[in-house]
Amino acid sequence: MPPKYHIETSQAPNRFQKITRSGIIAWEEGCLKCARCVKKDCVYQVYEKRNLDDRQMLDSLDSVCMDCFRCVQNCPNRLIHKGLNPSYKVLGDHYWTPEIISGLWFQAESGRIPVSGAGYGGPFSGPGFDAMWTDMSEIVRPTRDGIHGREYISTTVDIGRKVMSLEFGPDGEIISPAPPLVEIPLPVIFDILPWSPPGDRIPLSLLYGARALGTFAIIRQSAINNAVREFLPNAIIYVDGNPGGLNTQLLRSARIIEIPDGEGAIALQERLRSMNPDLVVMIRMKLSPKTPEQALTLVAQGAEVLHLVADEYGLEEGKDPLFIKERLKEVHLYLVNKGIRDQITLLGGGGIAMAEHMAKLIICGADAISIDIPLLAAMECRVCRRCKEGISCPVELDDVDPVWGSLRIVNLMAAWHSQLLEILGAMGIREARRLRGEMGRAMFFEDLEREIFATMGKRG
Amino acid sequence: MTGFHFPEIKNAPSRFRNALGKYRITITRACTNCGLCVEICPYGVYQVGSKRPKASCEHLCLGPSCSKNDFYCAERCPEKAIHIRLNPSFEVLGDRRWPAELLAGTWHMAETGAIPHQGLNYKTGDSGGGFDKIRFILPKENGNDKPVTDGDISTAIELNRSGDSRPKVTIPVPLYLGGMSFGSVSIVTMLSRARAAVALGTFCCTGEGGYPEELMDYDDNVITQVATGLFGVREDTIKRVRIVEFKYAQGAKPGLGGHLLGDKVTPRVAQMREAVAGSALFSPFPFHSVYSVEDHKKHVDWIKEINRKALVSVKVSTPTDVDMVAVGSYYAGAHIVQLDGSYGGTGAAPDIAKKNIAMPIEYALPKVHKFLLAEGIRDKITIIASGGIRSAYDMAKIIAMGADGVCLGTADLVALECIRCHHCESGRGCARGIATTDDELTDLMELEWGTQRIINMYSAWRAQLVNILKRLGMRSVAELVGRFDVLAHMDYIRQEEIEGELD
Repeated sequence: MPPKYHIETSQAPNRFQKITRSGIIAWEEGCLKCARCVKKDCVYQVYEKRNLDDRQMLDSLDSVCMDCFRCVQNCPNRLIHKGLNPSYKVLGDHYWTPEIISGLWFQAESGRIPVSGAGYGGPFSGPGFDAMWTDMSEIVRPTRDGIHGREYISTTVDIGRKVMSLEFGPDGEIISPAPPLVEIPLPVIFDILPWSPPGDRIPLSLLYGARALGTFAIIRQSAINNAVREFLPNAIIYVDGNPGGLNTQLLRSARIIEIPDGEGAIALQERLRSMNPDLVVMIRMKLSPKTPEQALTLVAQGAEVLHLVADEYGLEEGKDPLFIKERLKEVHLYLVNKGIRDQITLLGGGGIAMAEHMAKLIICGADAISIDIPLLAAMECRVCRRCKEGISCPVELDDVDPVWGSLRIVNLMAAWHSQLLEILGAMGIREARRLRGEMGRAMFFEDLEREIFATMGKRG
Repeated sequence: MTGFHFPEIKNAPSRFRNALGKYRITITRACTNCGLCVEICPYGVYQVGSKRPKASCEHLCLGPSCSKNDFYCAERCPEKAIHIRLNPSFEVLGDRRWPAELLAGTWHMAETGAIPHQGLNYKTGDSGGGFDKIRFILPKENGNDKPVTDGDISTAIELNRSGDSRPKVTIPVPLYLGGMSFGSVSIVTMLSRARAAVALGTFCCTGEGGYPEELMDYDDNVITQVATGLFGVREDTIKRVRIVEFKYAQGAKPGLGGHLLGDKVTPRVAQMREAVAGSALFSPFPFHSVYSVEDHKKHVDWIKEINRKALVSVKVSTPTDVDMVAVGSYYAGAHIVQLDGSYGGTGAAPDIAKKNIAMPIEYALPKVHKFLLAEGIRDKITIIASGGIRSAYDMAKIIAMGADGVCLGTADLVALECIRCHHCESGRGCARGIATTDDELTDLMELEWGTQRIINMYSAWRAQLVNILKRLGMRSVAELVGRFDVLAHMDYIRQEEIEGELD
């Protein structure tokens, strides 16, 4: 058995006051000055923890109140109320919701997975990743207990081209060429950020985090400088400029390089490989309706790894864009039908916002995923996108300490890792590799709605 | 069901000083304390005060929609001193599955035993799918050839349909109360539920955490649970009861085990579970002795051997092959299969599991019902639905989708004034004294009050079920089982296909 992959976490406190969902509003006018104010009876000691004078008017947005409503319900003159925090409601957008963003903050701060009491309180289903459920095992199939550490569930995946058979020479020696393969202990790589405040500190946090986790961060060729050089073993250089400009030594020591799709991609792949035979080359493709055909062509020409990228909302290019999970399913099944799916590695990225999205995209056919915005959110980003306009970052991300930043990223990934174990354990699957394409162990909204509800109200 | 009388409804107002309602009433200094508002409000919102009246029951107020009535206080007040606005705190309450209105509507039923009059939606939530998109198609009331009266309608169901030699067990309402262990909820909560079950002639399950001796007075209405940790399972507890339940899985954390945090393992809890106080308890997943239907049968046989009169219930979650699991449970000899959907409650579970693993009950139940029909064994086993049943309408809908009855948990807690803050496990436990073992917090609730609140709520549920059956021209809840034709899904039904009104 390989050594168990364990991610060390440590509390990494926020730098800024957290934006929480609700606050307490209390009026002073009409206060009866009770001998014992109900605020003193707070089970969570909100008023004491915040050093507030309970005789004072307060209009407080706080992070300690747990919404038990006892003070609201017990104040004799009904002077205490709860209110939604307006700055919480405007966090992010329709896709990167306040719930998702604050959930990422919590995980990055603590390294723990979100746990709560009572049942699920969200919508029945939703678009995209919310339109599917994952399976569990019961009675006839054993589950696996990965989360409490009693069984080993591997989250390792391989990046590269796989050989389908081995050929042996007369003396039993292997004569078929074995293409290079890079193993990552977690099916996640860090992608180029769609936007971020300028400077080295954010990329350094990502690289630092990637090194601690044993995975990779993609970094543009143009962004390579002395500051990041130390981390190159955990970097995937994206050749977005002239490939001739790449430093030969850099190329020789690199393990993975990413190149854009387009005319001459395979030729470039071969040229890079001729300089470094141990190199794995990824081809970055923008997801579109043409992807299945393009993927087939590229695989036939010898592509090893395809990195299929949607936009930050998980949408492909073109009119009436499909969501990444739908298109990825199609690409995967298309390559399965052509009998070549197992030869290559498919990476999917764009719109991955939660741990469950990682598991679900893998079920829909990705070997591994790439993430971007969650890495910023780990460092308290509020997804306001002001940096795109050149406006200064409200949480001063350009000034982030890479050590702290990487701690937060590592915490977030530890929480995601644990959540992947929960999903795998419940399904009784012991390897992330075997989760890939397991659509039969998932339930899709469209199928279930058609099967169950479409006939309602019909007689006979 | 001879000799059974449904319990009396008694008013059981909020145990907190201010009940939470949709509207907030303020009376300004202009008030002359003439007392007109106290006099005219038929809902008893106001109470006489020394300087001015108190809106002590503002949760009973109709809000601005009252303006059409001649008793609208804000209009009638000679000094125009009364202001009625939305309660700002109301917005913070609840979630998509249990919006503030459904919570307040349920509290109203638990307080009064009656259907809310304030225009609160007490029938559905705001989840945008499943139950919340399904409606009954009720024929126009005069469409019935022979009107049925309430007294003619039976809401009773039989739990032993197997035809074996074990006793018949009939419950007068198509519901029983699901497992919540001592440790996860307070002894007052546990006993309130058990006593309400006795009053309603139904059952209440112990959950996995042993059989507190306080429950022994109610043996005939207790279901004891055998779950994967086998905590507190003893031969004598199995022998005491009429129904034994195997918990294979739980909808809120399907495929995952249970975890009682060390803080909640008080000496009392530890003693009952035969464990060490202060140390966390893990309930593994799954039963490590069951990996096949044959193993499953051995389990069922074991219980049947120890208690030769008990019925056996099997509680399972909703994987892709839930229909196979149900059929396997039947062949293993279970009398009841309880399907626990993925939106059910729990003391603590990872959010990722609650949201994503296994399917909602609205899908699982029809799948299983149809599969068992096709197998020709549907009438030999009782199907109980749980995990996301929030209202009388959810209950009636899932019965029309193939269940014989339902099992409830969260709704009981809401009746006891749970506000679904989702912090059952934080600090000393539930701040409202429901899901806690902290003595001081436990004392926030009285047993009589808790019992009555649950009785009131389910009495109101039963009245709604009777009304639906009456509108459908049915005399028994058994006639409703599997009647997909009386339901409509708002996303798929076309207007011209609806004969009657949607409710």
